[in-house]
Amino acid sequence: MALLEVRDLRVAFNTPDGVVEAVRGLSFDVERGTTLAIVGESGSGKSVATQTITGLTRGARISGSARFDDTELIGASTKVLQKIRGNRIGMIFQDPLSSLHPYYKVGWQIVEMIRAHDHRISTAAARQRAAHLLSLVGIPRAESRIDDYPHQFSGGMRQRVMIAMAMALDPDLLIADEPTTALDVTVQAQVLEVMRNLQEQYGTAIILITHDLGVVAEMSDEVVVMYAGAVMEKGARRTIFYDHHHPYTEGLLASLPAQGDIGARLTPIAGAPPSLISLPAGCPFAPRCRYAFDLCWKETPPLAEVYDDPTHLSSCWLSSNREMRHLDREHADETDAQAQAAEPEEWSA
Amino acid sequence: MLRFLVRRLALGVLVMWLITVAVFALFFIAPNNVARTLAGRQATPDVVALISHRLGLDQPVWKQYLDFVGKAVRGDLGFDYYHGVPVTDLIAGALPITLSVVIPGAIIWLVLGVFNGVVSAIRPRSFVDRGMTAFALFFYSMPTFLLGLLLLYFLYFRLTLAGSAVFPAGGYAPFTGGLYDWFIHMVLPWFTLALVSAATYTRLTRASMLDVLGEDYVRTARSKGVGERRVVLRHALRAALTPIVTQFGIDVGSLLGGVVVTETVFSLPGLGKTAIDAINQQDLPVIIGIVLFASAAVVVANIVVDAFYAVLDPRVRLH
Repeated sequence: MALLEVRDLRVAFNTPDGVVEAVRGLSFDVERGTTLAIVGESGSGKSVATQTITGLTRGARISGSARFDDTELIGASTKVLQKIRGNRIGMIFQDPLSSLHPYYKVGWQIVEMIRAHDHRISTAAARQRAAHLLSLVGIPRAESRIDDYPHQFSGGMRQRVMIAMAMALDPDLLIADEPTTALDVTVQAQVLEVMRNLQEQYGTAIILITHDLGVVAEMSDEVVVMYAGAVMEKGARRTIFYDHHHPYTEGLLASLPAQGDIGARLTPIAGAPPSLISLPAGCPFAPRCRYAFDLCWKETPPLAEVYDDPTHLSSCWLSSNREMRHLDREHADETDAQAQAAEPEEWSA
Repeated sequence: MLRFLVRRLALGVLVMWLITVAVFALFFIAPNNVARTLAGRQATPDVVALISHRLGLDQPVWKQYLDFVGKAVRGDLGFDYYHGVPVTDLIAGALPITLSVVIPGAIIWLVLGVFNGVVSAIRPRSFVDRGMTAFALFFYSMPTFLLGLLLLYFLYFRLTLAGSAVFPAGGYAPFTGGLYDWFIHMVLPWFTLALVSAATYTRLTRASMLDVLGEDYVRTARSKGVGERRVVLRHALRAALTPIVTQFGIDVGSLLGGVVVTETVFSLPGLGKTAIDAINQQDLPVIIGIVLFASAAVVVANIVVDAFYAVLDPRVRLH
């Protein structure tokens, strides 16, 4: 069985404007030693979902199930969660500066984590381990830098510190919530490299939350595409990139700038994500979907197998047959081309 | 860090200098004939002129100012002609009383305010939070003199009538005359001072804690599996303390110049009461002395707060 099994996870917040349904029936598995990427725009519920699994969401209405190595996490007591957090599930977050406590030395922060779970280890031994971890993630002169404060590190180095801390107790699962978003592109690759090395060394499973498809392509084994708090499409990395079914995935990939396309216009997905307060019936992506037809507005499509591949699921009313789906695409392309020809081109490459 | 402190000290000296100019201008140049007041109603112009000469009031203004500053720097704040003692002696006599009120009072309000604020912030909008808020607003909106009088009415008057005279009506019993006597005289002034300020600190702590509890590093602490008590105290409160310490330093500094209302209600001859008496008697050297002392206390408190800020926040140390 999988290391983590999430089933029908729902998270809702009461706000003055109404109930915000941040996560609406999320299900996925994470196998040991593999990387699952959760992709989606800001506000698609990806961070909320993973923070809910570890019990870090406060003041929310939560239902569903998340079994981690045979322990149910949803509704578990603080005591149970505290034993798992840090020890068996490590977490790193988007902004490494605000995620490290500005008033404490980085070594102290790592030692605190080690000693929170291993009460018998001496401070000296924990410090030694912290220094070893820092050198493991590629921080030079780790022995002396252990007594530096977070603001004395660069952004990439801070994220390495966060990774060192999250990996300190050799967790089974690492949840990386947009770990490279706040970093320079050149530093991003280094940080991903560090994560991948540690994964190979320790066999850690990773949930990688990101909106960067480049990162997904580089890191993931499996991909979950989220939109408006629900899964749109799920499949192996190659499937999502080269054989996707859902129009939202198609839009995401089309909006990527291709190399060599200098001067070409980006192709954004028209419109904006819907408000998660009192979402109307039907597919949440329908208002922005170029394939949408009457059924899409009436009923929410189930997450179902497509292209005769049991690992490939898509939540879309379009045909699950590959040839039929291609015909749809060609037809839509033609219609778009006609519409574009009718309008004068205002800007060209 | 050293440069930071030197800069703050230099700034403090500048502020003190501006205050001496202002004080001097206000009391020496204002149309208020000191010699005339001192000489009394029946005095002849000759006597007034003589007093003017003795006080140096017939000198040019700039020379008077230099004399005044020169003496003040050497710790001589002039002579109180009403009581026939040097002003510094008068301040030295009143200061222990003000300190006896302010220091323990400040500790009480700090502990009370921070505790209530933290408890409120942990469960915002809960029953406890609302209770604490009501408690805070009740004392916050109550004038100090009223609270002092109420405490006196219930804990001195009613209690004494009921046959158990625990608290005295007021006055000061020196520290040296027995710790218990000193303590029992100070309890009511302490709480008069503390309850009103504790309300401010409850609100301040609550707001600051709520801010910090939403910070990413608090989430990180929780994600590490650290216990909730430790998350709140070591991670959140540590960071939330900065604005509280700032406010505390400034409040204590400004109160050291005299707790006017509390001292008056409880007839404590501290700096505040001395200042009020001096104002009523137009006792200029005493007023000037206390104003200068009070401003020095505020300036020093600010420097101490800034230095302490650097101790609290490692990011400040480098700049």
